[in-house]
This record gives sequence, C-alpha cells and structure tokens, in this order.
Amino acid sequence: MNKRINQYLAKHQWQTRLALHVLLLSPFAYCVAAVLNEWWGGDPVQAIIHYFANSALNILLITLCLAPLSRRFKLPSLLAFRRLIGLYVFAYALLHLAAYLLIDLGLDWGLFWQETIKRPYIWLGMLGFVVLLAMSITSLKKLQTGLGRRWLQLHGFIYPIALLVVIHFWWSLKSGWLEPVIYLAIIGILFFVRKVQIQRWLSSFAK
Amino acid sequence: MWLKFKRDWEESESSVTPEALFKQRRNIIKGLGVAGASSLLPVTGHAASWFGSDDDEPAAIVRRALQKTDIAPLHNDALTPESKAISHNNFYEFGTAKDDPAKNSRNFNPTPWSITIDGLVEKPVTLDLDDVMAKMALEQRIYRLRCVEAWSMVIPWVGFSLSDLLKMAKPLSSAKYVAFETLYDPEQMPGQKSRFVGGGIDYPYVEGLRLDEAMNPLSFMAVGMYGKTLPAQNGAPLRLVVPWKYGFKSIKSIVRIRFLDKQPPTTWNLLGPSEYGFYANVNPQVDHPRWSQASERRIDDAGLLGRKRIDTEMFNGYSKQVAHMYKDMDLSRYY
Repeated sequence: MNKRINQYLAKHQWQTRLALHVLLLSPFAYCVAAVLNEWWGGDPVQAIIHYFANSALNILLITLCLAPLSRRFKLPSLLAFRRLIGLYVFAYALLHLAAYLLIDLGLDWGLFWQETIKRPYIWLGMLGFVVLLAMSITSLKKLQTGLGRRWLQLHGFIYPIALLVVIHFWWSLKSGWLEPVIYLAIIGILFFVRKVQIQRWLSSFAK
Repeated sequence: MWLKFKRDWEESESSVTPEALFKQRRNIIKGLGVAGASSLLPVTGHAASWFGSDDDEPAAIVRRALQKTDIAPLHNDALTPESKAISHNNFYEFGTAKDDPAKNSRNFNPTPWSITIDGLVEKPVTLDLDDVMAKMALEQRIYRLRCVEAWSMVIPWVGFSLSDLLKMAKPLSSAKYVAFETLYDPEQMPGQKSRFVGGGIDYPYVEGLRLDEAMNPLSFMAVGMYGKTLPAQNGAPLRLVVPWKYGFKSIKSIVRIRFLDKQPPTTWNLLGPSEYGFYANVNPQVDHPRWSQASERRIDDAGLLGRKRIDTEMFNGYSKQVAHMYKDMDLSRYY
C-alpha cells in the first residue's frame, strides 16, 4: 500500500503540488469570502488577524507531522512537499503581521515600532516571524547545500518557534486558556514522537 | 408642495433585488466551501459558520420604535452605522468572538424583565421594566463608546438618566457605591453554560460605580439605540452607558442594582487586576500593559482599509463633565 502511495506521489509531483496549493490557499479564500459577506460581523479586524495567525499555527503543526508520518508509514515521498507547506506557514504569518499593521494600526509605523519595542508578547511573535523569514529565505536549494550543517541547525528552530508562538497566542488573549492548552498538548505529543531528532538538533550546537 | 427629485445615485424601487433571491444567493456562496480545507481551519467559533449558521432565522427580540426627545450631542462625530454597532460586540455571555453575540443571542427573550434595587436603601424594590419605561421620558443621547481594546464607536442611545432610576429606591446616606449585575441564565446565555464559549469568566458579570459617578448627569440607562429597543447583543433590554469609561464598565442586561458602603468587585478587575482597574476611565496616558491607549480605531462608515486611527481624548472627550470627580486622584494608580 505505502509503496503504491510513494509511487503515485513520485509520478504525480506537479498534480500533488497543485492540490496542495489549492488546499493551503483555501483558508485565505475563506477569509476573503467571510469579510465580503460580513460573516465575521461589521468590523472583522480582530477576526482577520486571529484567523491568519491560527492558520499559520495549524499549518506549522502539519509540517511537524510530516517527518513522523513518513517514518511511521514508510512514506519518504511525503518529505518532497515539506518545503512547499512550510512556506505557507511563513505566508500566513506574514498576512497576520500585515493585517495587524494595516487594518488595526492603520499603517501607523510610529505606533508599530513603539508597540514592537514595548510589548513582550509581541517580542515573541516577532522573534517567531524573523526565524520563519530566515527559514524561508534559506529554503532555496542553492543556499540549502551551501549552508550544510548550519542549515539543519537553523531549521531545527521550528521546535522552539512552535512553543513560542503558542505562548504569544496565550499571552495575547484577554481571558481563557483552553485553545492554547490544546495547542500545547498537540505540540507536546509531536515533540515526544520526535524526541530523538530534537536531542540530535540540540547536541549539534555542542560540537 | 414637496417634490422629490431622484438623485443620480438612487436606484428605483423596482430594481431592488427581492429579499428571497438575495438570501438564496448568499446560501449558494456559503455552500461553496472546500470540504478538505476544513482540516486547516482554526479551532475558533468561526469554523462553525462554515457549516451554515442560521443567521437568517428571525431573532426572538422584535425591536420596537421608541418615542424620544433628541438631546444635542457634545461632539460632532459621525455616527457608527447601525449595522456595525449591532454586529461587532463584546458580550462574552454569548461567545468571545466579535460576531458571536449577534449569532448566539437569537433565542434570547428578555420579556418580562424586572430589576431589583436593594442593599443600603430605605426599601428594596423590584421594578417591572415596562412600568419603569412608562414613568420615564425617554431621551436620545449620542455618546462615544471607547472599548478598552482601542476601538471606538459613536452611538445614539435611547434611555434615561441612571440617577432617575436610582432615586426610585431611596438610597441611604451610608451608600457610597453602586453595584450592577447581569442576568445569570445559562439556558439563554451559552457562554455561561460552557467555559469554552464564555472565555472562562465567572458569571454573572458584575460591575460598579462610585455613587457620585452613578449620579453624574452623563450616566445613562439605555433601553434602545438608533431609535429602537436594544437588540440582545447590545444588552437588551436594559444596559448601563458611562461614556467616559472603557466599554466593559457599561454592563449589559441588568437584573440587579445594589447600594453598598464598600467598593464592589468587578468582573474584568477580578480577571486581570493589573490590566483592568475599578475606575477604567478612558485615559490616553495610561497604557493597557499589552497595548497603547493613546489612539483608537474609530469604527465609522469607512471600509477596512480606509480607516485611520484617531487620538484618544482624556475621559473620552467628557473632561468638562467628569474630571472634577477625580481631582485629587492619581489616575495612573487608580486606572
């Protein structure tokens, strides 16, 4: 069975990619529809900002699932799509940040920098964004081979980033804790499944 | 003789899309969701609206037109469109997302409604809201509403002075504070039934004012907005409006008012004492620990991208009417 899936995915590379693009763009399309049809009420600013953030976080969790899935079910063909999916994490994080700046702060750059400097929960979000940006730039094939071991070190930061953005989310809430705790539980399970890889990543800095 | 000329942007009555057809189109658009994409959807209340929320079903509340006297506003601000003021609400009893209250309050039925006024009074009373409204001359007052989340609206409320209601109960001279309480009815308010819907707040929602604040002529009890009785999501059938304080002070769907000699506990202050004070006066100089209060996003008729932030004014622009009450207070300490 898994052999056939591997063969199918290898044979239908571009079709699979196209399907993934459609799937990963659909949250954005839904957001546009929701705003145009006023499904999120008369002032959807907060809803849009949260929606992009949640989308980024959900896709990030999907990327963390790919390696364990490919190992468990012997599906190495899955890993060919990790870069594509990972770039969408960055895309939604960028939309989240852009929405905050554009429709919440009204493109008031002074206020943007002031808030970025003053608010610890925004530091966490910004740190996550900067690392995702670095990962996206270095996802180019050329840079990947050029950086060697450093590339693996950089991209291993996805583990702390996953935790960091959930804390950023929790910190940003006015009340309640259920949603971030659910995310932390999922991340905990994923970390447990990948504990060997995480240990290897941590020890790569000791050398 | 009064002649009506058709302005060039006006459409004739016959070109209006029939409502049934309009709704049918909306349902088609709604049905266009990509099923596979649901796995990517955030686990928020919004996901539910994918699968056809019935926001077309009529609400239990029928909004009646109200007779009122118009009071001249203190500012010349443009009104927030009614459609936005009734679809963007913080009312955690009906859910934490801004669009939740309008969607989850459709079965809310506030009739009959009574208000108990007790505590330090000569004689505790329970008043029927219809009786109260029959006694009061209703006024329309246009007030700014500044949310602690740094967005704001301008709303024409219909109601009466809070002091007129409070005087009905004859408070004792020992009374120093007034405490308010929202209805507790988990059957009608899903946020009170489930922590997941209601944001983990301990209900009922409680608020309070110092007696002099409550007696200030600006303090208002609203029974309507935009000329009609209140919709559920805006605090039907009776809510407080204190325009110089952050919106969370303006407690909704009030069932009980108590006179006290001590400062009463208030919901958001209990939840986050470092972020939400008892006074909660609008103050551009005192930031919320997580965001600036120096400016605000005014929700008017501009589109999402056309909106500019405006500077927030001390006491939301009502300094002349209220600043004297806080003369000797350190407002960065008593925020």
